Amino acid sequence: MSVEVRLPTLLRPAAGGAPSTSVEGATVGEVLRALEVAHPGLAGQVLTADGELHKFVNVYLNDDDVRYLDRLDTKVGADDVVSILPAVAGGAA
Amino acid sequence: MTIAANVLELIGNTPVVDVSSLSPNPDVRILLKLEGANPGGSVKDRVALSLIEDAERSGVLVPGATLIEPSSGNTGIGLAIVCRVKGYHLKVVLPANVSVERRQLLELWGAEIVESPGSEGSNGAVRLAQRLAAEHPEWTFLYQYGNPANPRAHYEGTGPEIWRDVPGVTHFVAGLGTSGTLLGVGRYLKEQNPDVEIWAVEPPSGEMVDGLRNLDDGYIPPIFEELGGEKLLDRKTVVGPRDSILWTRRLADVGIFAGISTGAAMAGAYRCAQQIESGTIVVLSPDGGWKYLSTGAWTGDIDEVTERAKKVIYF
Repeated sequence: MSVEVRLPTLLRPAAGGAPSTSVEGATVGEVLRALEVAHPGLAGQVLTADGELHKFVNVYLNDDDVRYLDRLDTKVGADDVVSILPAVAGGAA
Repeated sequence: MTIAANVLELIGNTPVVDVSSLSPNPDVRILLKLEGANPGGSVKDRVALSLIEDAERSGVLVPGATLIEPSSGNTGIGLAIVCRVKGYHLKVVLPANVSVERRQLLELWGAEIVESPGSEGSNGAVRLAQRLAAEHPEWTFLYQYGNPANPRAHYEGTGPEIWRDVPGVTHFVAGLGTSGTLLGVGRYLKEQNPDVEIWAVEPPSGEMVDGLRNLDDGYIPPIFEELGGEKLLDRKTVVGPRDSILWTRRLADVGIFAGISTGAAMAGAYRCAQQIESGTIVVLSPDGGWKYLSTGAWTGDIDEVTERAKKVIYF
C-alpha cells in the first residue's frame, strides 16, 4: 500500500527537494524503512542505527505523534499521511 | 470574602466552567479551567511565582537581582508582575513576532524586552537567553524549560485544584509548550487515579522548523526528559491555526473569551471526546482573549486570520 510521507524542509534535499513522497508500507516502521531505501540520503536521519526513532524527530500519523500510538508498529492505511518533523520548543512559554 | 494582602495572593484557584454543549458526544462532559482569571492574565502567573519563590528559598535570588528569561509572552508577563511586586529587575528575551499586546503588558510592569529573531520562534529565544545568561553571570537565569519549580507549580496548585473541583475527571487536555502544565497536573492526577489519561495538544511547528539547519538543533524541554514526559503522556496530537481559531470562535459563542491556544486545546478535547465512549474531560485554558484582539481572531475573514496566525506566535 502506498502512503504519502511529508518531509520537513531540512530533509527535502535528501529526497530530491520534494515536500512529500510516496512509499509502500503497512506500519510506520515499514514506511520509514522504505523511505530510507528510496532516498539513501535520509538514512540515519529519521531512524537510528538500532532502528529506533531519532531523538529529535517526531513522526505523526495524520495529527497524532506515533510515540503515543504504537510507535513504529503503528498501522497505516491508504488515506493516511505520515509527517516527519523536527522536535522544537513549543509556544506560549 | 477574604482580602488578599497583595496581588500575588490572587494567583491560582481559577474557576472551572462546563462547556459540554460543545461536546460531540452526549456522554462526554467537557470542562474548561480558566487560567485567564489569574492577575497577570495567564496560567504562567503560577509558574512565575513558583520559579521566583523557589529561587528565593534556595538563595539563588537576592534582593534587587536582575533576571533574564526566554518567553514568547505569558511567562514573561507573569514574571514581570511578580518582579514588579517583589522588586526585581527583569529582562525578557522575546521572539520579534509576538502580538503587540504582549510587549505592552511586559512594558507596563517594567520588564525590559530583548528581541530574538522571529523566524527562530521559541527556540531562538531560548538560545539567545542561554547565551546572554552565560555572558552575564551576575544575572539570574531561572530557565522555565529546565526548572522543576515549573511543573511543581502545577503539581502543587493546578492539579490539586482540578481533583478538588472535578473528582470524576477521566481525561486532562492541555497544550504542550515547556511541558510544565502536563507534567505537573498529569503526575498529580495519575497519582490520584492511574486511569486518568493525559493528552497533549501541540502547536504546528510551521515556519519555526524551517530555520533549523540540522536535526540536532531540535529541542526537547529538559524537564520533559528528566521527569519522564514520554511515559506520562497518553497521547500527543497536533492542532493547526485554522482549527484553533475556529474553536476560539466557538467558545465565544458560549460566552467564553479565551486565547487562541485555548481554541487549540478545545480542538484536542473534541477529538478526544469523539474517540471515547464516555467521560469527563478537563481542558486547561491558558489565557483570555485580550492579548489576541490585534490578530482579528474573532471578527476577521478566517483565511486571512489563519495566514496571520501562522506568522504570530499564539500558543
